[in-house]
Amino acid sequence: MTAQAAIRVEALAKRFGSLQALDGIDLEVRCGEFFGLLGPNGAGKTTLISILAGLCRPDAGRATVMGHDVRTDYRNARRMLGVVPQEIVFDPFFSVRETLVIQSGYFGLRHNDAWIDEILEHLGLSSKAGANMRSLSGGMKRRVLVAQALVHRPPVIILDEPTAGVDVELRQSLWRFIRRLNEDGHTIVLTTHYLEEAEALCGRIAMMKGGRVIALDTTANLVGRMRDRVVVRLTLSAGALPPAMAARVVSSEGASHVLRLPDPAEVEPLLAQVREAGGQIAELSVTQPDLEEVFVQTMRGTLAGTQSA
Amino acid sequence: MSRAFCTAGFRTLFVKELMRFWKVSFQTVFAPIVNALLYLVVFAHVLEERVQVYEGVPYRAFLVPGLVMMATLQNAFANSSSSLIQSKMTGNIIFMLLPPLSHVEIFLAYVLAAVARGVIVGGGVLAVTLFLAPVPFMHPLWIITFALGGAAILGAMGLLAGIWADKVDQLAAFQNFVILPFTFLSGVFYSIHSLSATWQLVSRANPFFFMIDGFRYGFFGVSDVDPWSSLAVIVGTFAVLAAVNLTMLRTGYKLRT
Ligand SMILES: Nc1ncnc2c1ncn2[C@@H]1O[C@H](COP(=O)(O)OP(=O)(O)OP(=O)(O)O)[C@@H](O)[C@H]1O
Ligand SMILES: [Mg+2]
Repeated sequence: MTAQAAIRVEALAKRFGSLQALDGIDLEVRCGEFFGLLGPNGAGKTTLISILAGLCRPDAGRATVMGHDVRTDYRNARRMLGVVPQEIVFDPFFSVRETLVIQSGYFGLRHNDAWIDEILEHLGLSSKAGANMRSLSGGMKRRVLVAQALVHRPPVIILDEPTAGVDVELRQSLWRFIRRLNEDGHTIVLTTHYLEEAEALCGRIAMMKGGRVIALDTTANLVGRMRDRVVVRLTLSAGALPPAMAARVVSSEGASHVLRLPDPAEVEPLLAQVREAGGQIAELSVTQPDLEEVFVQTMRGTLAGTQSA
Repeated sequence: MSRAFCTAGFRTLFVKELMRFWKVSFQTVFAPIVNALLYLVVFAHVLEERVQVYEGVPYRAFLVPGLVMMATLQNAFANSSSSLIQSKMTGNIIFMLLPPLSHVEIFLAYVLAAVARGVIVGGGVLAVTLFLAPVPFMHPLWIITFALGGAAILGAMGLLAGIWADKVDQLAAFQNFVILPFTFLSGVFYSIHSLSATWQLVSRANPFFFMIDGFRYGFFGVSDVDPWSSLAVIVGTFAVLAAVNLTMLRTGYKLRT
């Protein structure tokens, strides 16, 4: 037996009218993981999170949080889960501290001030504790959303694009805080459109598209699968690429070309061929693929065999 | 159901709902009291000489319990319905849907906060109108029972309407085409004995009639219907509304997609 799963999703399906938002999702997030959920707009990430949070009811399939079924054992499942919603929402009647005290109370916690102070401190909200929610800037409101998700110290924390519209400083302090929570044993699930963020933080990544998981692996494997490949960008000041190279060209724009090679060892012979054919290279860059490259290719369906681990 | 009263979740939601209207008490408490006072002044002035409903009771005094009840009912309804529709429109309803609150806790918190606002406004109207039109207090227990019962029914109706409505105008329609006619035709301004036999029968199909009639009995010791029968209607109405509300909250109707 492996350790208990923090989140387990089996054959989850959800339809909105004629749109199949989730089309049979199977997923397991282990306790203590820092897990990334990536995918283009409309892939179904928020829908999946909503089902885990009990905001949305699945048509088929099953989901559990720390072993508690989100439908039949919803009270325990919800105690285990903290969700930072994608949309900024707030109650304009209350101050930051009131908002957090109320949220604690909903979870049955009556004397939570020490922890609330700690969260406020870590999220840089201490000076705003008495301010009305209405008076906060967008980024500040988002910090409060993060704080609200943490009031009951949930073992599993899901953040749905928490850094959208947030300044660099908060982004870094937020990640420090979330990393620390992860080191303390909290399971973190993160959706983001900043791929470098996912690459830096997540141990494993699921890529979704059209309501399905189309790639699921460790971040290292996903990127490593392409490590042996290189991307060459070059601009010619004279001459042209030899026709024999057409197969390697990904895109061309005037005299600028992007080529993909299966092996870094092919770079040198390639450049030699270009020169032999009378080409003069004005600019050159050679890069290894990153998560963004993997993402783009996965979404195009050009990267095979990513469903594993 | 009794266990839900002692949970921190219930208490928090209840107190939050109280704070919500208390923070804007100028609109939610003071304005309705002024409104009711205007009704009393105008109607009493126009009709004082012409209408006598009960022997020896001036029309002005007859009007007081009706106005108090009307204010209680309208404000109880407004409290739960507006709170819910606002939460839905702004999206902050998720803060209540994410925690492990049970449907019973949510129901009780909303209804009891609505009762609190209804009774506070009703009490305010009564306190102010007493200066203009003294009324006897024959059976205080009946007064309290009908005030609480009526407010609970309207609080539950407000919750139901707030869950059902997708837009503010749907809620306004519910208020204008259901709540307002039922209140006005319930005998706030008259006794149904002054109506034709047919309309008397129609009035008896209106649960609001029993709330106001029973409430008035508490003041004057006179009513169109026996207060025990009125109480039975009120308990029955509340039971039906509670069952519908609890079912909607349990299944997540309109709240959980
Ligand atoms: N309540 C709803 N009613 C109808 N359609 C919905 C509803 N919620 C989501 N959808 C649709 O389901 C699909 C998946 O939406 P979802 O919000 O899960 O995507 P996402 O992966 O979170 O996208 P994004 O990156 O833009 O946040 C979309 O096509 C969306 O339009
Ligand atoms: Mg989303």
